[in-house]
Amino acid sequence: MSVKIIRPTAAFADLLPAEYLELAANGPYASPKTINDLGNFKEIIEEHPHCAGCGVALGVRLTAASLPAPADTLIVGTAGCSFFGLAQAALNYSCSAFGNQNAVASGLKRMLKIRYPDTHKDVVVLVGDGGIADIGLDLTLHSWFRREKIATIMVDNEVYGNTGGQESGMTQEGQVLNMAPKGKNFAKIPVFELAQVSGCVYCARVTVASPKKIGQVVRKAILLAREVGPTYVQIYTPCPTNFKFPPQQTINIAKKAEEGHYSFREFISDEAQAYWEKNFSSSA
Amino acid sequence: MSITPYRVLVGPEGYLPPAAASRGVLLPEKGEALIEGAIVPEEEAMQAIATKLLSAKNPFFFPGPQLLWDWKEGVAQKAQAVKRLADLAGARVIPMPDYRPKYPMINPAVEINPNHPNLTIWHNKIDLCVFIGVHCHYANMALKIIRGGTSCYTVALCGEAGHEDAMISLCCMGMPELAKLTEIIRTMKGEQAA
Repeated sequence: MSVKIIRPTAAFADLLPAEYLELAANGPYASPKTINDLGNFKEIIEEHPHCAGCGVALGVRLTAASLPAPADTLIVGTAGCSFFGLAQAALNYSCSAFGNQNAVASGLKRMLKIRYPDTHKDVVVLVGDGGIADIGLDLTLHSWFRREKIATIMVDNEVYGNTGGQESGMTQEGQVLNMAPKGKNFAKIPVFELAQVSGCVYCARVTVASPKKIGQVVRKAILLAREVGPTYVQIYTPCPTNFKFPPQQTINIAKKAEEGHYSFREFISDEAQAYWEKNFSSSA
Repeated sequence: MSITPYRVLVGPEGYLPPAAASRGVLLPEKGEALIEGAIVPEEEAMQAIATKLLSAKNPFFFPGPQLLWDWKEGVAQKAQAVKRLADLAGARVIPMPDYRPKYPMINPAVEINPNHPNLTIWHNKIDLCVFIGVHCHYANMALKIIRGGTSCYTVALCGEAGHEDAMISLCCMGMPELAKLTEIIRTMKGEQAA
């Protein structure tokens, strides 16, 4: 995609629905926006079919608003709640078979590098905990072992949300769910640590209660993935439907988690740190 | 045993009509076209399109993203030519700006979406529609849905290999072919007026 793709042809411009014209005139494509600009531009994802108060919807929205170059970004997703919002996004989006996202993203990144050798094409995996920590764990780890230059972002609601509430590898130990009536028997999979030892040059853990932090870490992860190596961001996105709390409590739940098992964490390799300081330290 | 060739006719054919390709309908070569599943010379299909367009009660063009967005050289000129063609044929235009399955639903008065095209067909009581500039996969999908659920006659003006699931489909539709079709319609309109 390039910015040209959202420039209406003169013959049909007056027939385009208003939201498309607004996206073309005031979207984030020509002059990239940040989280701080939310409310002042036409977002690439607005209406969506997620449940009321869905943390994943907020996580996807905040991530979309944090992309450094939306017109040159390809999002790779997979089955799960994240699909619902992403399918509505005015972005290049490819939905892979469940768990295949990092393998698909690897291929797309390599192909884009050949096709557009002089342009940065950001390939960003944006999927749930089931896609990364369970069904796609092997392909995710291997993409990191291979040092594929893609950013992997997990929207972690700690449950298989849209299939009735099964435990995922990211569910906390002891958590009772609709489909885990006795509570989960083992601890949350340490994907953050796995990312660190598997080749990711930058890892961050945040929650939807801290939008500015999401803006910073997503941008950093994508910019570092362009040149240095794979990166990983894990965003806590509480699920009111399966954890049975009122939808208006999502942010409070996330805020509370920041004081416990979802405190802010960041890891950056020496190589990535040097690259960041050299190229972006003034804009951090 | 003889098998009756499958014909791509006006629906409603049922909830899940077969893909015409799966019933043996082949794509045309350059210079050829499809009319209701049979390969015919391109000229014959253009005549048929002109006849159908000029006799339709409520014809619409559905330009897709490849014509609505000025993404490469030549698109703006082609869009102009398609607009002229629609105006000449007395057809209205409803755009298909992208393929997102929009939530909660599209506004069928002003747009069409390939995932549920019948909303627009029914809302506007469209009896003939012309697809142009829609990427092949989505065009095929929408054409099949329309054939399944409506009595709308479908025409595809395809820049690539053509569409088995349209009732009339041209292939390799470039500027010369557009000009030729426009001329045929102009001539036919003149004859009708006379």
